[in-house]
Amino acid sequence: MKFVRRIAYRTSMFLLTLVLLVGIWELYKATGPQDGGIIFGARVLPRANDTAMPHVSTMFSRYGRPEVRGSDKEIWQVVLSGAWFSLRLSLVGFFLGTTIGVGLAVLMARFNTVRRGLLPYLVMSQTVPLIALAPLVVSWGGKLEIGSFVWPRWLSASILGTFLAFFPVAVGTLRGLTSSPAAAVELMSSYAASWRQTLFKLRFPAAVPFMVPALKLGASGAVVGVVVAEISTGLKGGIGRLIIEYAREATGDPAKVFTAVFGAAALGLTMSGLVVFFDLFLMRNRPRETST
Amino acid sequence: MKKRSLKMALAGVAVMSLIAGACGGSDDAATEEAVTEETAAAAAECVTPTPVKLQLQWFTQAQFAGYYAAQDQGFYTEQCLDVTILEGAVDISPQTVLANGEADFAISWVSKALASREGGADIVNIAQVFQRSGTLQVSFKDKNIVTSADFKGKNIGNWGYGNEFEIFAALTKAGLDPAKDVTLVQQQFDMAGLLSGDIDAAEAMTYNEYAQVLEAVNPKTSALYTAEDFNVVSYEAEGVGMLQDAIWADGKRLSDAAYVDTATKFVAASLQGWAFCRDNTSACRDIVVSKGSKLGASHQLWQMNEVNKLIWPAAGGAGMIDAAAWDRTVTLSQSAKNLEGGTVLTKAPDAGSYTNDIVTAALALLNAKGVDTTGSAYMPETVVLTEGGN
Repeated sequence: MKFVRRIAYRTSMFLLTLVLLVGIWELYKATGPQDGGIIFGARVLPRANDTAMPHVSTMFSRYGRPEVRGSDKEIWQVVLSGAWFSLRLSLVGFFLGTTIGVGLAVLMARFNTVRRGLLPYLVMSQTVPLIALAPLVVSWGGKLEIGSFVWPRWLSASILGTFLAFFPVAVGTLRGLTSSPAAAVELMSSYAASWRQTLFKLRFPAAVPFMVPALKLGASGAVVGVVVAEISTGLKGGIGRLIIEYAREATGDPAKVFTAVFGAAALGLTMSGLVVFFDLFLMRNRPRETST
Repeated sequence: MKKRSLKMALAGVAVMSLIAGACGGSDDAATEEAVTEETAAAAAECVTPTPVKLQLQWFTQAQFAGYYAAQDQGFYTEQCLDVTILEGAVDISPQTVLANGEADFAISWVSKALASREGGADIVNIAQVFQRSGTLQVSFKDKNIVTSADFKGKNIGNWGYGNEFEIFAALTKAGLDPAKDVTLVQQQFDMAGLLSGDIDAAEAMTYNEYAQVLEAVNPKTSALYTAEDFNVVSYEAEGVGMLQDAIWADGKRLSDAAYVDTATKFVAASLQGWAFCRDNTSACRDIVVSKGSKLGASHQLWQMNEVNKLIWPAAGGAGMIDAAAWDRTVTLSQSAKNLEGGTVLTKAPDAGSYTNDIVTAALALLNAKGVDTTGSAYMPETVVLTEGGN
């Protein structure tokens, strides 16, 4: 029951914040300057006109109208199928990222030299701009054929999701694995426990509170990676592609691009929601204690 | 307790991975842009069609209608070709894709492609599909920008990525310094910057962005903007038009007779597609829409019509590279100064940068079939745009 109550509480707080956000948007739209506020030549206040900030109601009613005239599909169907497509790519990217991230963390926790050598490169990897990487990954992928395995284009997008997902997972897990209290580690040694036994019986369970936030970051990172990859490489079918296609029509149909942007936001929330759900579910019987 | 939780966590991750893996795997067919031609009407001697990959510069839209029409109408199949059309995207450079051997042919603007060639990409123009430039600089009437000389002191929008060369050419011709006399503004893919007043004159293609402003509602009148609301500077009319969409081939493979044969057939079938679109604008609009373009129907018809105007009439035959227009593009690419004072090309491209041999042979093939390859009687249509281009 406690489990259900916590979920209900979180959901209601989320909805309350959403209502607040809508309120702020509409308030600014009603009172903000139509042509934006310019101070010392720089635009500091955004425009409040209908092109720059469509009414929330306009954006949501856009979901119910056809994508283009004569199309039998309404926008919500297109956005939903795009989000579903990207969700699957993100899940693949997230899974690969988690596997690599946890693997690297274990290696780094086991061997100090690996940690010293690898960690700076991991940090460095995250400074490579994604848009520079995307065409390269697609290009490499396009040439890859291992036996009967032909690299599908969507996998390149997933790989970019992996690229953003593995880093927080690796760092968070490493932090968690090394967080076990010295007394507990010494106790394990006194039992003559092998490193592996210590890892699975002590270090991993103790790492969970560190891993969950890292996984949440990784999950939304995977979504960002996939969406950017779709935009940059033009992969068809996903939410990123919809964003750029609709953005082109922002001149005449400004509400349209927001429908896809919300789709992408919902996607990121779904992904970290999945992590939270697993966390709540798995940890439902865990006593709420602070580790000593 | 802790131990069990951990096992379950691991099991959960495993289940998620299975779901993800299974779902991801089933998408191959959906994501492939390839549409394999049915071999129904294929010529008898065609046993296995030659696979050909064509890299476009941008997403599916009527700008590339001829290729989609050739695919849809079976013109490629008639030539025993199995053509896969690869869409472009923000970070896809068709020249690079072609030079890397990931495509057999690519569509690109001449100035951009020549810059890539100077940078070492061995690519050759084998058919100049668009004979005229479709680039405009659009501004509201009250800004009084009627020629490129009026750009002085204004905010001039441009897209970058090599789409801005004509702007520099026009500025150079008007005696303006792009670094001092104008403010160059990076432009988004929509025309909101022009409508909101951030940009005085926005770069626009006749077949795309210009239509976008005519599809937008004027808040003052609550009706759509009309052509009377704008001044348009056409770079073609200003004498600084550069050649745009052309079919580029891989220079390394042009010594291979089989590749030349494929190229000839490919150019022939593509031009046949363009001739089909000249005579059947609505049908081609529908083909493009059915290939997954997200742009609205009236916008797409407008685009088809404007693109036709850039191709037809083609006095020397469609796809022929006109030496005068080529030389003008090259000269402008060498003389137009950009912000840093540099030019697109530092020296004249070598003689092998274009060839009319393939398109001549292709036109002979088409003329033998009775296809009108000059379109001397071509008359553009009048397309009425609706709100949002829908």
